[in-house]
Amino acid sequence: MKVQDLLAHGFGAVTLPDGDREIDGAYVGDLLSWVMGRAQMDNAWITIMSNVNVIAVASLADTSCVILAEGVTMSEDLIQTAQAKEINVLTSEEPIFETAVKLAGLIS
Amino acid sequence: MSDSLVFHFDVDGDNFTSAGQASTQVKKNLRQLGLSPAIIRRVSIAMYEGEINMVIHANGGTADVVVTEEYIEIILADTGPGIKNVEQAMQEGFSTATDSIRSLGFGAGMGLPNMKRYTDSLDIDTVVGEGTTITMRVNLG
Repeated sequence: MKVQDLLAHGFGAVTLPDGDREIDGAYVGDLLSWVMGRAQMDNAWITIMSNVNVIAVASLADTSCVILAEGVTMSEDLIQTAQAKEINVLTSEEPIFETAVKLAGLIS
Repeated sequence: MSDSLVFHFDVDGDNFTSAGQASTQVKKNLRQLGLSPAIIRRVSIAMYEGEINMVIHANGGTADVVVTEEYIEIILADTGPGIKNVEQAMQEGFSTATDSIRSLGFGAGMGLPNMKRYTDSLDIDTVVGEGTTITMRVNLG
Protein backbone atom coordinates (compact mmCIF):
# COMPACT_ATOMS: atom_id res chain seq x y z
CA MET A 1 0.00 0.00 0.00
CA LYS A 2 1.21 3.50 -0.83
CA VAL A 3 1.29 6.28 1.76
CA GLN A 4 -1.19 8.39 -0.23
CA ASP A 5 -3.69 5.48 -0.25
CA LEU A 6 -4.23 6.04 3.49
CA LEU A 7 -6.06 9.29 2.73
CA ALA A 8 -9.05 7.27 1.49
CA HIS A 9 -9.26 5.55 4.88
CA GLY A 10 -9.67 8.44 7.28
CA PHE A 11 -6.06 9.55 7.63
CA GLY A 12 -5.29 13.23 7.01
CA ALA A 13 -2.31 14.61 5.11
CA VAL A 14 -0.05 17.21 6.77
CA THR A 15 2.73 16.85 4.20
CA LEU A 16 2.83 14.41 1.31
CA PRO A 17 5.97 15.11 -0.72
CA ASP A 18 6.49 11.41 -1.51
CA GLY A 19 2.99 9.95 -1.49
CA ASP A 20 3.93 7.16 -3.89
CA ARG A 21 6.20 5.58 -1.29
CA GLU A 22 5.24 2.05 -0.34
CA ILE A 23 4.53 1.16 3.29
CA ASP A 24 6.21 -2.00 4.50
CA GLY A 25 5.11 -2.75 8.07
CA ALA A 26 4.71 -0.28 10.90
CA TYR A 27 6.23 0.74 14.21
CA VAL A 28 4.63 2.48 17.17
CA GLY A 29 6.71 4.50 19.63
CA ASP A 30 7.53 7.88 21.13
CA LEU A 31 11.04 7.35 22.46
CA LEU A 32 13.18 8.45 19.55
CA SER A 33 16.19 6.24 20.12
CA TRP A 34 13.92 3.27 20.63
CA VAL A 35 12.33 4.03 17.27
CA MET A 36 15.73 4.35 15.61
CA GLY A 37 16.82 1.08 17.13
CA ARG A 38 13.71 -0.94 16.32
CA ALA A 39 11.80 0.56 13.38
CA GLN A 40 12.61 -0.86 9.97
CA MET A 41 13.18 1.04 6.76
CA ASP A 42 9.85 1.78 4.97
CA ASN A 43 7.78 1.25 8.16
CA ALA A 44 4.94 3.66 8.82
CA TRP A 45 5.81 5.25 12.18
CA ILE A 46 2.89 6.01 14.51
CA THR A 47 3.64 8.45 17.33
CA ILE A 48 2.20 11.21 19.47
CA MET A 49 5.53 13.09 19.48
CA SER A 50 5.51 16.23 17.39
CA ASN A 51 8.78 18.13 17.52
CA VAL A 52 11.62 18.84 15.11
CA ASN A 53 13.54 15.76 16.22
CA VAL A 54 10.71 13.57 14.95
CA ILE A 55 11.40 14.86 11.45
CA ALA A 56 15.13 14.12 11.84
CA VAL A 57 14.46 10.59 13.10
CA ALA A 58 11.96 9.87 10.30
CA SER A 59 14.54 11.05 7.78
CA LEU A 60 17.49 9.14 9.23
CA ALA A 61 15.58 5.95 10.02
CA ASP A 62 14.07 6.17 6.54
CA THR A 63 10.48 5.45 7.53
CA SER A 64 7.85 5.74 4.79
CA CYS A 65 5.72 8.18 6.78
CA VAL A 66 5.02 9.59 10.23
CA ILE A 67 1.44 9.17 11.46
CA LEU A 68 0.54 11.55 14.29
CA ALA A 69 -2.15 9.77 16.31
CA GLU A 70 -4.66 11.12 18.83
CA GLY A 71 -5.28 14.24 16.73
CA VAL A 72 -1.79 15.58 17.49
CA THR A 73 -0.91 18.53 15.27
CA MET A 74 2.32 19.98 13.93
CA SER A 75 3.43 23.62 14.00
CA GLU A 76 3.77 25.55 10.75
CA ASP A 77 7.58 25.65 11.16
CA LEU A 78 7.69 21.88 11.48
CA ILE A 79 5.44 21.39 8.49
CA GLN A 80 7.87 23.43 6.41
CA THR A 81 10.81 21.41 7.74
CA ALA A 82 9.05 18.13 6.95
CA GLN A 83 8.25 19.35 3.46
CA ALA A 84 11.86 20.46 2.88
CA LYS A 85 13.17 17.09 4.05
CA GLU A 86 10.56 15.25 1.98
CA ILE A 87 8.99 13.54 4.98
CA ASN A 88 5.40 12.34 4.62
CA VAL A 89 3.38 13.31 7.70
CA LEU A 90 -0.20 12.09 8.20
CA THR A 91 -2.66 12.48 11.05
CA SER A 92 -5.18 10.23 12.71
CA GLU A 93 -7.89 11.49 15.05
CA GLU A 94 -8.11 8.09 16.69
CA PRO A 95 -6.09 6.94 19.72
CA ILE A 96 -2.76 5.32 19.04
CA PHE A 97 -3.97 1.73 19.53
CA GLU A 98 -6.99 2.12 17.23
CA THR A 99 -4.76 3.84 14.67
CA ALA A 100 -2.34 0.92 14.72
CA VAL A 101 -5.12 -1.65 14.46
CA LYS A 102 -6.68 0.17 11.53
CA LEU A 103 -3.35 0.46 9.76
CA ALA A 104 -2.62 -3.21 10.35
CA GLY A 105 -5.88 -4.11 8.62
CA LEU A 106 -4.98 -1.94 5.64
CA ILE A 107 -1.40 -3.05 5.04
CA SER A 108 -1.61 -6.74 5.91
CA MET B 1 46.59 3.30 -0.27
CA SER B 2 43.24 4.29 -1.71
CA ASP B 3 41.88 7.82 -1.58
CA SER B 4 39.46 8.76 1.15
CA LEU B 5 36.88 11.50 1.55
CA VAL B 6 36.61 13.40 4.82
CA PHE B 7 33.62 15.44 5.99
CA HIS B 8 34.05 17.66 9.06
CA PHE B 9 31.29 19.20 11.18
CA ASP B 10 31.07 21.30 14.32
CA VAL B 11 28.17 20.18 16.51
CA ASP B 12 26.44 23.05 18.30
CA GLY B 13 26.20 22.33 22.02
CA ASP B 14 23.01 23.99 23.13
CA ASN B 15 20.71 23.61 20.20
CA PHE B 16 18.32 20.70 20.02
CA THR B 17 16.61 22.22 17.04
CA SER B 18 19.67 22.02 14.85
CA ALA B 19 20.85 18.69 16.29
CA GLY B 20 21.01 16.22 13.46
CA GLN B 21 22.24 18.69 10.87
CA ALA B 22 25.60 16.94 10.53
CA SER B 23 24.05 13.47 10.18
CA THR B 24 21.47 14.77 7.72
CA GLN B 25 24.24 16.32 5.63
CA VAL B 26 26.25 13.08 5.77
CA LYS B 27 23.18 11.18 4.61
CA LYS B 28 22.96 13.48 1.58
CA ASN B 29 26.67 13.18 0.84
CA LEU B 30 26.60 9.38 1.05
CA ARG B 31 23.55 9.25 -1.19
CA GLN B 32 25.42 11.31 -3.78
CA LEU B 33 28.28 8.82 -3.56
CA GLY B 34 25.83 6.09 -4.54
CA LEU B 35 26.02 4.02 -1.35
CA SER B 36 23.16 1.63 -0.56
CA PRO B 37 20.19 2.93 1.48
CA ALA B 38 20.86 0.27 4.15
CA ILE B 39 24.45 1.45 4.68
CA ILE B 40 23.40 5.11 4.65
CA ARG B 41 20.71 4.37 7.23
CA ARG B 42 23.16 2.63 9.58
CA VAL B 43 25.75 5.41 9.33
CA SER B 44 23.27 8.24 9.73
CA ILE B 45 21.44 6.73 12.73
CA ALA B 46 24.71 5.93 14.55
CA MET B 47 26.00 9.43 13.86
CA TYR B 48 22.74 11.10 14.92
CA GLU B 49 22.79 9.26 18.24
CA GLY B 50 26.35 10.49 18.75
CA GLU B 51 25.38 14.04 17.84
CA ILE B 52 22.48 13.99 20.27
CA ASN B 53 24.73 12.64 23.02
CA MET B 54 27.17 15.49 22.44
CA VAL B 55 24.33 18.02 22.65
CA ILE B 56 22.80 16.45 25.78
CA HIS B 57 25.94 15.72 27.75
CA ALA B 58 28.98 17.52 26.39
CA ASN B 59 28.02 20.98 25.11
CA GLY B 60 28.78 19.93 21.54
CA GLY B 61 31.95 18.84 19.83
CA THR B 62 33.17 17.81 16.41
CA ALA B 63 32.19 15.07 13.99
CA ASP B 64 34.41 13.73 11.23
CA VAL B 65 33.31 11.17 8.70
CA VAL B 66 35.92 9.36 6.61
CA VAL B 67 34.76 7.45 3.56
CA THR B 68 37.13 4.92 1.98
CA GLU B 69 36.50 2.09 -0.43
CA GLU B 70 36.46 -0.39 2.46
CA TYR B 71 34.61 1.40 5.25
CA ILE B 72 33.00 4.53 6.61
CA GLU B 73 34.50 5.82 9.84
CA ILE B 74 32.72 8.27 12.14
CA ILE B 75 34.80 10.08 14.75
CA LEU B 76 32.92 12.09 17.37
CA ALA B 77 35.03 14.15 19.77
CA ASP B 78 33.98 16.32 22.68
CA THR B 79 35.51 17.99 25.72
CA GLY B 80 32.56 17.17 27.97
CA PRO B 81 32.46 15.46 31.36
CA GLY B 82 33.44 12.00 30.08
CA ILE B 83 31.62 8.73 30.78
CA LYS B 84 32.11 7.47 34.34
CA ASN B 85 31.09 3.87 33.70
CA VAL B 86 31.20 2.81 30.06
CA GLU B 87 29.85 -0.68 30.75
CA GLN B 88 26.79 0.82 32.44
CA ALA B 89 26.33 3.40 29.68
CA MET B 90 26.29 0.60 27.09
CA GLN B 91 23.28 -1.06 28.75
CA GLU B 92 19.94 -0.48 27.06
CA GLY B 93 17.77 1.73 29.23
CA PHE B 94 20.54 3.34 31.29
CA SER B 95 20.43 7.11 30.99
CA THR B 96 21.58 10.17 32.91
CA ALA B 97 19.47 12.55 30.81
CA THR B 98 17.24 15.06 32.60
CA ASP B 99 13.45 15.12 32.54
CA SER B 100 13.44 18.05 30.11
CA ILE B 101 15.53 15.99 27.68
CA ARG B 102 13.18 13.05 28.13
CA SER B 103 10.18 15.22 27.33
CA LEU B 104 11.69 15.73 23.88
CA GLY B 105 11.68 11.98 23.31
CA PHE B 106 15.36 11.43 24.11
CA GLY B 107 16.99 9.90 27.17
CA ALA B 108 15.68 6.38 26.57
CA GLY B 109 19.11 4.95 27.27
CA MET B 110 19.41 3.62 23.73
CA GLY B 111 21.96 6.03 22.26
CA LEU B 112 25.19 4.09 22.74
CA PRO B 113 23.46 0.70 22.28
CA ASN B 114 22.10 1.93 18.94
CA MET B 115 25.54 3.17 17.92
CA LYS B 116 26.86 -0.32 18.60
CA ARG B 117 23.87 -2.00 16.92
CA TYR B 118 24.30 -0.16 13.65
CA THR B 119 28.08 -0.22 13.28
CA ASP B 120 30.67 -2.96 12.81
CA SER B 121 32.98 -1.52 15.45
CA LEU B 122 32.64 1.00 18.26
CA ASP B 123 35.56 2.34 20.26
CA ILE B 124 35.05 4.65 23.24
CA ASP B 125 38.01 6.66 24.51
CA THR B 126 36.84 8.63 27.52
CA VAL B 127 38.47 10.44 30.43
CA VAL B 128 36.28 11.82 33.21
CA GLY B 129 36.61 15.60 33.32
CA GLU B 130 38.38 15.79 29.96
CA GLY B 131 36.09 14.41 27.27
CA THR B 132 35.14 11.55 25.03
CA THR B 133 36.12 10.43 21.56
CA ILE B 134 34.01 7.79 19.90
CA THR B 135 35.17 6.02 16.75
CA MET B 136 32.71 3.91 14.80
CA ARG B 137 33.14 1.97 11.59
CA VAL B 138 30.68 0.59 9.10
CA ASN B 139 32.28 -1.81 6.66
CA LEU B 140 31.41 -1.63 2.97
CA GLY B 141 30.94 -4.78 0.97
